[in-house]
Amino acid sequence: MPSRDFFKNVGRTFSRKSAGTDVPPPAAEGLKFIPGAEPTSRLDPWWWLVVAVILLVTLLMIFQPDPYWHIFLFVRDGLVITIELTVISFVFIIILGLIGGLGRIAKNPVIHFISSLYVEIIRGIPLLVQLIWWYFAAPAVIQSFGEWVHWDALATYHSNPIVLAVVGLVICYGAYMAEIFRAGIESIHKGQGEAARSLGMSYMQSMVFVILPQAIRVVLPPVGNEFIMLIKDTSLVSVVAVADLTRRGREFMAAHFNPIEVWTLIALLYLVLTLVSARVIAWLERRRKY
Amino acid sequence: MSEPIIHIENVHKYFGRVHALRGINLDVHVGEVVVILGPSGSGKSTLLRCINNLEVYNSGKIVVDGILLKTAQNINAVRREVGMVFQSFNLFAHLTALENLTLAQRKVRKRPRQEAEKNARDLLAKVGISDKATCYPSQLSGGQQQRVAIARALAMNPKIMLFDEPTSALDPEMIKEVLDVMLALAREGMTMLVVSHEMGFARAAASRCIFMDEGQIVEEGPPDKLLSSPTQERTKLFISKVLQL
Repeated sequence: MPSRDFFKNVGRTFSRKSAGTDVPPPAAEGLKFIPGAEPTSRLDPWWWLVVAVILLVTLLMIFQPDPYWHIFLFVRDGLVITIELTVISFVFIIILGLIGGLGRIAKNPVIHFISSLYVEIIRGIPLLVQLIWWYFAAPAVIQSFGEWVHWDALATYHSNPIVLAVVGLVICYGAYMAEIFRAGIESIHKGQGEAARSLGMSYMQSMVFVILPQAIRVVLPPVGNEFIMLIKDTSLVSVVAVADLTRRGREFMAAHFNPIEVWTLIALLYLVLTLVSARVIAWLERRRKY
Repeated sequence: MSEPIIHIENVHKYFGRVHALRGINLDVHVGEVVVILGPSGSGKSTLLRCINNLEVYNSGKIVVDGILLKTAQNINAVRREVGMVFQSFNLFAHLTALENLTLAQRKVRKRPRQEAEKNARDLLAKVGISDKATCYPSQLSGGQQQRVAIARALAMNPKIMLFDEPTSALDPEMIKEVLDVMLALAREGMTMLVVSHEMGFARAAASRCIFMDEGQIVEEGPPDKLLSSPTQERTKLFISKVLQL
């Protein structure tokens, strides 16, 4: 039979408040109160949902290999494409969003105008239309431009669907990200920048060392939200010849006519991606220290 | 008398249609402690913020340490020499007390980390909070935060210190700990411009008091004279109200 101490430790690990009153928690001495980082359970309570969905997918594939295991084998390269598309796009989205956000708060009227125009135009066009434009219209535009300036490399331009899909996603999401960064930077108290400037720091130094590190904490939840939306919106690239998870699912269904199984599994696979991402984002939010 | 370290000549400042400073003339010499009094909206803070160019004045002339502000090529060179302490502390919230003191030393003064940290620890000890070096601003009391803010400004070895209502946001029992640090600084011969309503501090430390109202300097003189027997009606009214508190 487990000793009393065993149960005491279980309680301490999993309950949000320290259970034992008779024994002080081991690390209590050097502990100082840090807002937002209370010494509570390290385990994110929503991991159970991730585990449950992964378990469901696994059980389906083990006990119903026909069709679930076959579907999975067929669509797994699409799953890789979806993940790659999301991660690569997101890196560029962050960069473009940061540039756009800084442009939106710039005092220089030209920079401010260009970044505002970009945000206003891109925000007003559906992502699907933008992706279709980049895939069907952009190559034709580039080719005619190449013929006009007699530049063969452009005139004979052959489009790469994945590159154009990344371009479309980055330009669209960059506009939303620019607004998130702008709001994040503006949410930092004006006095922080003034204090930095009064110590002789340049505009860029005060941005990089004082404003942005604090803004990151503010923008982390909406940026995480964008990441999860991006995972799902990559499914739109299936209409522009990119063999992502959704497109591979459609191809399998066209050959085998089993929509229920195919789309249930595809939905579950997207759910695994988004739920895991949500947990990672939640973990990132909790480990911001100050 | 020697050349003033701050020379302000007929300075005007507008915020849109509001005429915030209406022809300010003021000279401050090395080692002087000037306390600026006045009702809110009288332009005290604006004047202070013009001296390190946080606000840009519209006309007139401000010369700080021999550099004319309007045409200064590198405004950051002036700001390095002018420390500022704010009413709301403005400590960098994502950095510990020690890091607050070392950041500008390393990035602006280009001091190596060890030198910057040693300097920072010395200053934290001087303002009496060396035990809080690893604390974040949110873990410190208002008085402690303001003392860190003073130490942060001093870490840059400024020639001039500007204090913009340094005790107005503090609980009464914390005001003294901040004023004590400022008093010690004044006794060391630091050139200081202080916007404050702390009459005790003005009497103890000020070499000169200035009373401002509606963007103008109404009256100036030694603290004993200005606080006890002001000549202008406006000053009398203000002093009597402040002393009633």
